[in-house]
Amino acid sequence: MSTVKSKIKAALQDRQLFKALQNASNLSSAKREQEISGLDDYEAARDRAREVRQRSIDYAPRLIEKFTTEFSALGGKVHLVKTAAEANRVIIDILKSHGAKKGVKSKSMVTEEIFLGRALEAAGIDAVETDLGEYIVQLAGETPSHITAPAMHKSRQSIGRLFTDKLGIKYTDDPGELTEVARKMLRERFLNAEFGISGANFLVAETGHIAIVENEGNVRLGLSIPPLYIAVTGIEKLLENIADLSPLVKMLARSATGQRFSGYFHLLKPGSIGEDGPEEMHVILLDNGRSRAMADPEMREMMLCVRCGACLNECPVYRTIGGHAYDSVYPGPMGSILSNLIGRNKMLHPELPDLSTLCGACRDVCPVRIDIPKLLLDLRARRDKPLSYDLFAAGWNWTMGSAGRVELAGKFARFAEKFAPNLNSGSIRIGAANSFRAQVKSLKAKDESLKPENGNGDE
Amino acid sequence: MINSNISLFVPCLVDQAASQTAWATVKVLERLGVKVSYDPLQTCCGQAMFNAGFISEARNLAEKFIRAFHDADFIVAPSGSCISMVKHRYAELDLTGSYLRDWESIRQRIYELTEFLVDKIDVEDVGSHLPFKVGIHNSCHALRELGIREQPLKLLKNVDGLELIDDNWNDGCCGFGGVFNAKNPELSLKMGIQRAQNLKNGNPDFITGVDDSCLMHLNRAFQNNGQTETNIQPHTIHIARILASTTSEPFMSEKSSGGGMS
Repeated sequence: MSTVKSKIKAALQDRQLFKALQNASNLSSAKREQEISGLDDYEAARDRAREVRQRSIDYAPRLIEKFTTEFSALGGKVHLVKTAAEANRVIIDILKSHGAKKGVKSKSMVTEEIFLGRALEAAGIDAVETDLGEYIVQLAGETPSHITAPAMHKSRQSIGRLFTDKLGIKYTDDPGELTEVARKMLRERFLNAEFGISGANFLVAETGHIAIVENEGNVRLGLSIPPLYIAVTGIEKLLENIADLSPLVKMLARSATGQRFSGYFHLLKPGSIGEDGPEEMHVILLDNGRSRAMADPEMREMMLCVRCGACLNECPVYRTIGGHAYDSVYPGPMGSILSNLIGRNKMLHPELPDLSTLCGACRDVCPVRIDIPKLLLDLRARRDKPLSYDLFAAGWNWTMGSAGRVELAGKFARFAEKFAPNLNSGSIRIGAANSFRAQVKSLKAKDESLKPENGNGDE
Repeated sequence: MINSNISLFVPCLVDQAASQTAWATVKVLERLGVKVSYDPLQTCCGQAMFNAGFISEARNLAEKFIRAFHDADFIVAPSGSCISMVKHRYAELDLTGSYLRDWESIRQRIYELTEFLVDKIDVEDVGSHLPFKVGIHNSCHALRELGIREQPLKLLKNVDGLELIDDNWNDGCCGFGGVFNAKNPELSLKMGIQRAQNLKNGNPDFITGVDDSCLMHLNRAFQNNGQTETNIQPHTIHIARILASTTSEPFMSEKSSGGGMS
């Protein structure tokens, strides 16, 4: 059994997980729906957001160059890296050159993508996650199950038990109290941090700005207290100019959490925070398959993604099994595509495009109108198919090639259904009645017009 | 009412597993004075192949479909999913030559049943009678790719004796998904049970919709969800069968499982 298959099986038996998923995703979709319905020009706003993102990827090389020039002129340093390994090496080299051993980290899916946490640990560097959800996940030794709500899979009871176990506090499952405990632990770490690492939602080429949205204020502390700050993001996240931010920020919080605007919005560049800011700023621009995806006529559309997570919240599959079952850093509908575009030059998660009913709910909520079902279908067509698929296709194609063969197959299926009813674990049952075609044929033989065998043709 | 020749497209699943739906479609159309023809050489639109990632196989079947239907005035089928395949997804099969030309014409003349009745021939009352409480499941492809939401409602509102529950039809997926169901039966069923629980609000006697595939899956979900809250489970029934039911020829005297379930 494949890992994904066994993880799905485990998820289906986990009632706690199911409850947590239902509660969280119902809440996020309801909040999103409310905020979106408050926008009187939602469809036009989606078009504008998509247009901005389209320019991001159309002009990516030029924007990278421009951003590098601007950011460097202000005293920052930009590192364009090809692979995950190279990204980790560059980050660790920067930290080592400063003798930095203890620092703080904010939520960033790109750092998850390169497994930065693991690399830092191996290098003897201690970086604590400071987003509450990420902190919980790190304490539990797990990985995020959602790209914007990393601890979505956990109930408050399990978080209470985790805190008791790892932090030695008296058990409580009160969210307020638990947050207070984490805040206290983290405040200490912020004050003594030698470095801060975060992701970046967008980079502005024209001005050299890093743009970050957040809700908890941990990014703000992480980029202002430590003397050394590193932002890690993908090469598809560069915008032409500062005006491009508005259409995206307008959609981001609404789509992700159903907020009109995130709690914090940071727009920073080297030197902009003055004496209180970091002395040194680095931006890591990660390729890791992105330029390959941008050059792919079908898949380049996925590079428009702004990582809001709305498609996860709406996906009936994600809502039933959660993010871990996908066995990939990026789960859900967007993850089933993106996971197959990043990294090495082959599909690393070929089974993920199957985890969709193609219902299209993801396409409906995507703030940049990515046709997710179409991309999933494209990937299904591209991958090497398992033998069972090839056999199914050969059989189906042969059968459907002629009406006579369809009838033959139908007879066989009726026979199998009668004598081995448990063979079929799917939902379609043929039933005992003859096919419509056969009924029509026998009527024609009796020279009657189109009339059913009896009444409505009921069995 | 309409003088054109309607060519009936009976999707493979309806043909083999839900012939009642096809007969009901014929009955409704003929009652309205529409002439219906049926070509027994038709087979499958190719959706199963396309969704499994087999493009050239899907193209073979699409070409066969185009050959079978290219000279029909109008094509009508009791399915949203298959119509969406022909209307929209054929664009991704790299059809060429006469196949491409014929498809571009076919896609303008092909309709899901309720779409045909309400939008094409402007009929909302087809003279039906069914004294039951009915809820609707909007299947995803019909809803999102063909925009079918109002048409079934309009038709059902005019069914004599029918009590329509129109506050429980949020647009959730039933979890079927064709190859998805075959590959992940347990997950698919769990999703179906979720959907079934929502659809039970208002205690309907029947849940109806435009796609037998989703309805069969929901029927199974209702059966697997038998013990909760109430012992009375709704059955699923294709909307064509509701529309076919009249006072003189009622749908059935007692509940039988719909959608070809035995």
